[in-house]
Amino acid sequence: MNNSRRSFLKYAGVAAAAVAATPVVRAVASSGGAAHGPEVGKLPTQKIAGRWAMVVDTRKLVKEADFEPLIEACHKVHNVPHLPDEKREEEIKWIWTDEFEHTFPEFMSRWPKGRVPTTLNKPYLLLCNHCEYPPCVRVCPTKATFQRADGIVLMDFHRCIGCRYCMAGCPYGARSFNFSDPRAYLPEEEINMEFPTRVQGVVEKCNFCAERLAKGLRPACVEASKGALLFGDLDDPSSEVSRAVRNNFVIRRKPELGTQPNVYYIV
Amino acid sequence: MLETALKGSPRYWGWLGILLAVMGIGGAMYMWQFTVGLTVTGLSRDVSWGFYIAQFTYLVGVAAAGVMVVLPYYFHHYKDFKKLIILAEFQAVAAVIMCLGFIVVDLGQPTRMLNVLRYPTPNSILFWDMVVLNGYLLLNIVIGWVSLQHERNHVEPPKWVKPLVYTSIIWAFSIHTVTAFLYQGLPGRHYWLTAILAARFLASAFCSGPAILLLVAMLVRKVSDYDVGDKAIKALAKIVTYAMAVNVFFFLLELFTAAYSNIPGHMHSFEFLFAGHDGHMSYVSYLMWVAAILAIASLALLIPPKFRDNMKLLPWSLAILIAASWIDKGLGLLIGGFTPNAFEGVTPYAPTLPEIMISLTVYAMGIFVLTILYKVAVSVKREVA
Ligand code: SF4
Ligand code: SF4
Ligand code: SF4
Repeated sequence: MNNSRRSFLKYAGVAAAAVAATPVVRAVASSGGAAHGPEVGKLPTQKIAGRWAMVVDTRKLVKEADFEPLIEACHKVHNVPHLPDEKREEEIKWIWTDEFEHTFPEFMSRWPKGRVPTTLNKPYLLLCNHCEYPPCVRVCPTKATFQRADGIVLMDFHRCIGCRYCMAGCPYGARSFNFSDPRAYLPEEEINMEFPTRVQGVVEKCNFCAERLAKGLRPACVEASKGALLFGDLDDPSSEVSRAVRNNFVIRRKPELGTQPNVYYIV
Repeated sequence: MLETALKGSPRYWGWLGILLAVMGIGGAMYMWQFTVGLTVTGLSRDVSWGFYIAQFTYLVGVAAAGVMVVLPYYFHHYKDFKKLIILAEFQAVAAVIMCLGFIVVDLGQPTRMLNVLRYPTPNSILFWDMVVLNGYLLLNIVIGWVSLQHERNHVEPPKWVKPLVYTSIIWAFSIHTVTAFLYQGLPGRHYWLTAILAARFLASAFCSGPAILLLVAMLVRKVSDYDVGDKAIKALAKIVTYAMAVNVFFFLLELFTAAYSNIPGHMHSFEFLFAGHDGHMSYVSYLMWVAAILAIASLALLIPPKFRDNMKLLPWSLAILIAASWIDKGLGLLIGGFTPNAFEGVTPYAPTLPEIMISLTVYAMGIFVLTILYKVAVSVKREVA
């Protein structure tokens, strides 16, 4: 009892710190000028971005083992719980993999089902696309999901009422709902005290590591990817993502929907 | 006026007692859900709305359907509907209360629900849905109550009620249109992404809502001396028939667009709903076939005047129609919209027992309110008669 109350206070403290930090992060991000937030400058590609984007080099990510460290890095720093198998349908996923046909379903009719050309036949990395025109933001009735000036689509876990409208709105299945208390599946010793844990009944998703960007760090998955993932500002023609998008054949998920995803795939 | 609800037969009190018992059991279930979360439901990451939201959608239709009585009475001075008016208005009140109840039980964080008011977000259709639903509730309570009170005092209702009535007629269309917009504007959900969805919603509301009203009116005639009259029943049955024909027609339009265009996204939900996945029929597919057959049967029983005017047969035809429209809108709409999911995969969804119990509680709550309002209406009408 005593113990759990203490750990509750600990969570509450972390949560409160996160709330207190939010306006700072937002202010830094939305100022748009290079003069603010010097620590952001540590990111080699760009000081403050006009449009953050990620490029997934699918040629370098082939086996499940290539993905594991990326997924683990993200889920660890963000306290994403790992649910047991019998609760798979209530899974919380910020970043995960699926087959080509499921990642890019609009290509499905191009060949008989289950007969993807061998070059494409491998897992693909999925995460929130931080869409330029995000339907999840459009539908959210409380502004718990909002878009920053630099394009990142963020969530305020404390404001979310759990209506799950954003899940119906997101055409990419990028959002997860905490059907039960996520803390029950987070061993206490594994909790990252620098990031809040969530409560039951709210939605969550990848935040493009806004908290790391604020410190001038790259997203955790990018850092763990050994160059298979690139991150930077699309508005800056010299950034590594701009160059990658220019020099390679890239595709995006469900472009026909007009959401303008900011995650690009080199195939 | 409310005191008239306090005097009643043992049968009346027994009925209220049963409803309270259902609410008690379901209420306990809800407390459980409140504590451990929506994990007690059959919902999943892929099918994130289910039975609750489907019932909500269905009942918005039931609420809107009052207009099928109010409109002919006020716009066309169709006097035969006089005795149905108050029943329709109070049915709308009860239905909206149930709608709000279903929204609340569906929330992951119900204690924060006022955030919708604290941070009004006009770009969210859910915000507008809340506005129009609460407005409609208020309109119907005021109109129904004030008219009844004045009738009791043997005076004409005040002048300001008329404009409210006209507003409520237009408002009724808006509540179901806005509810359709909740679904209709979502990218990547092909089953919902169709301009005819709002029209389909209205058509299905205007057949199922008055059908329920008719059944209830016939029941009221049985258990009390309040008789809306055969003429009113026959006229409304005609309206129900037309609306159902339009409803079926609109559905066929959807089917044609999907099947003839052969666009996979548009086909998949229909395929899943009627043929299952990869040839494996789920319970939903069987139910959708049942709905299709019942829909045709209801038309066969309602279109020929000989059958429709048969007061013994009519309740059955109406019940068949209600069952068909409920399966279509209370299950198929949501499940078909989420299946296949964003990854072209199939995650089966079926409501769990707690989910059904909690839903029954919300229904019991609505029927409780309806019973009391009807009791008041019938008592007042008897007084003045
Ligand atoms: S991928 Fe989905 S959750 Fe992410 S921004 Fe786009 S619509 Fe929103
Ligand atoms: S679940 Fe939360 S984030 Fe999603 S739409 Fe509702 S309030 Fe907004
Ligand atoms: S960008 Fe950050 S939050 Fe998003 S998947 Fe990568 S590590 Fe996770």
